[in-house]
Amino acid sequence: MIEVRNLNKSFGEHHVLKDINAQFHKGQVNIIIGQSGSGKTVLTKCMVGLHEADSGTVEFDGRNFASMTFNQKKEIRKDIGMLFQGGALFDSMTVAENVIFPLSMFTDLSPSERRDRAQFCLDRVNLPNAAHLYPSELSGGMKKRVAIARAISNNPKYLFCDEPNSGLDPKTGLVIDQLIREITEEYDMTTIVITHDMNSVIEIGDNIQFIYKGEKWWEGSKEEILKTDNQEVIDFVYASKFMKRVRADLAK
Amino acid sequence: MSIFFHIGQYVIWMSRVFRSPEKWSIFRKRIFEEVQNVGYASIGLVAIVSLFMGAVLTIQLAYNLESPLIPLYTVGLGVRDSLILEFSPTIISIILCGKVGSSIAGEIGTMRVTDQIDALDIMGVNSTGYLVGPKMIAAIICNPFIVVMSMALGMFGGYMAGILTGEVSGSTFIYGIQFWFQPFYITYALIKTVVFAVIITTVPAYFGYYTQGGALEVGRASTVSVVYSIVIILTFNLLLTQMLLQ
Repeated sequence: MIEVRNLNKSFGEHHVLKDINAQFHKGQVNIIIGQSGSGKTVLTKCMVGLHEADSGTVEFDGRNFASMTFNQKKEIRKDIGMLFQGGALFDSMTVAENVIFPLSMFTDLSPSERRDRAQFCLDRVNLPNAAHLYPSELSGGMKKRVAIARAISNNPKYLFCDEPNSGLDPKTGLVIDQLIREITEEYDMTTIVITHDMNSVIEIGDNIQFIYKGEKWWEGSKEEILKTDNQEVIDFVYASKFMKRVRADLAK
Repeated sequence: MSIFFHIGQYVIWMSRVFRSPEKWSIFRKRIFEEVQNVGYASIGLVAIVSLFMGAVLTIQLAYNLESPLIPLYTVGLGVRDSLILEFSPTIISIILCGKVGSSIAGEIGTMRVTDQIDALDIMGVNSTGYLVGPKMIAAIICNPFIVVMSMALGMFGGYMAGILTGEVSGSTFIYGIQFWFQPFYITYALIKTVVFAVIITTVPAYFGYYTQGGALEVGRASTVSVVYSIVIILTFNLLLTQMLLQ
């Protein structure tokens, strides 16, 4: 489990995160939603240590990340997998080399064991024949799947996904959502997904946190979010015509 | 941001370059890769520039030393000292700064804006050490060889120009090259080269590492980094010359 307590972060005069308290549960897909600029990405970056929070704590299974030394943080980071919006694959490496990279860095596996593990991860994301390709030769969806394969190659305990469906067609987005759901259950990970996509929320969300203007505004399940009377959440969830129609159907 | 902010941030950032790598075998492999990128790939350009500069130096010196009171072997001596003291260590380093430095800033800047550096950090890799350390070490290893090669080719270019134009005979030029040779000049040139190698690799890498934005900012970082690197090289050139040749 990851627990965030009283987290604050400012950039100059701009107070981006205001006293955030949240729990992200093990074996569940925890979703953070909110409008653009609400502070979702900053929250995630503070959690993984890419930004240093001004105050507050982030605990990974009871271990306070903020108070750790550089080397202790490095140890925790070995348990973290992250799926970036654009995939963040290393351009100069093939798909297989990208997936092997964390294994080469942090394990004592032999080269053949590393190759086997990479192939297993690529098979798991349904890319069995992509090992020799370079990231520039992949489609957006394939890049995301390779990034997932790389993220899970080292058996992480925590998986962070920053807008995993952005730039993908709905069908491919669904495939990525299902993959995130399956590997979360398979590896019993604490998964945190940042998204704008209500399809993802409904499809895979177990625990949903709504961030509004830097504050944690609302928390609940996917069933609860459709029935909430919180106006800011309603404005966000039912912003599209499609969701308005869903709401009308629900009302009936 | 103020220059003092950048100096402070650069020093803190450089301290991370010297941290022990996560895995030495990967670090060594990266050094070999960078020897190819930083060193080997620059040999052609340096060879052409050095040959032509040596030739031009010979012709210019011969043209300016027409007095019967000045012996003609002075042309060889002048070409040798110009190449060893200034042209090969400093001008070649500035040329390498344009070629290698802009490439480093572009590469690392692109990695920054496409989250590849964040990906390294999240994995627990010391991104600064992993990306910059091998480049710096490769340049420290390669650049002295490149500079010595530049000296040799520059003198060869000068020798050929002297013969082909008929301004200086081969034997006179070679006599001039050997005349009153100070071995310390080579040491001085190599000390400068090593210092410049650190500047050529780390200053552009620093600008690339802290790029924010997109393609436009990466291009801007690349340009700014080369300008800063050249200014820093020239400043250190002055300081080292004052320190070493006094």
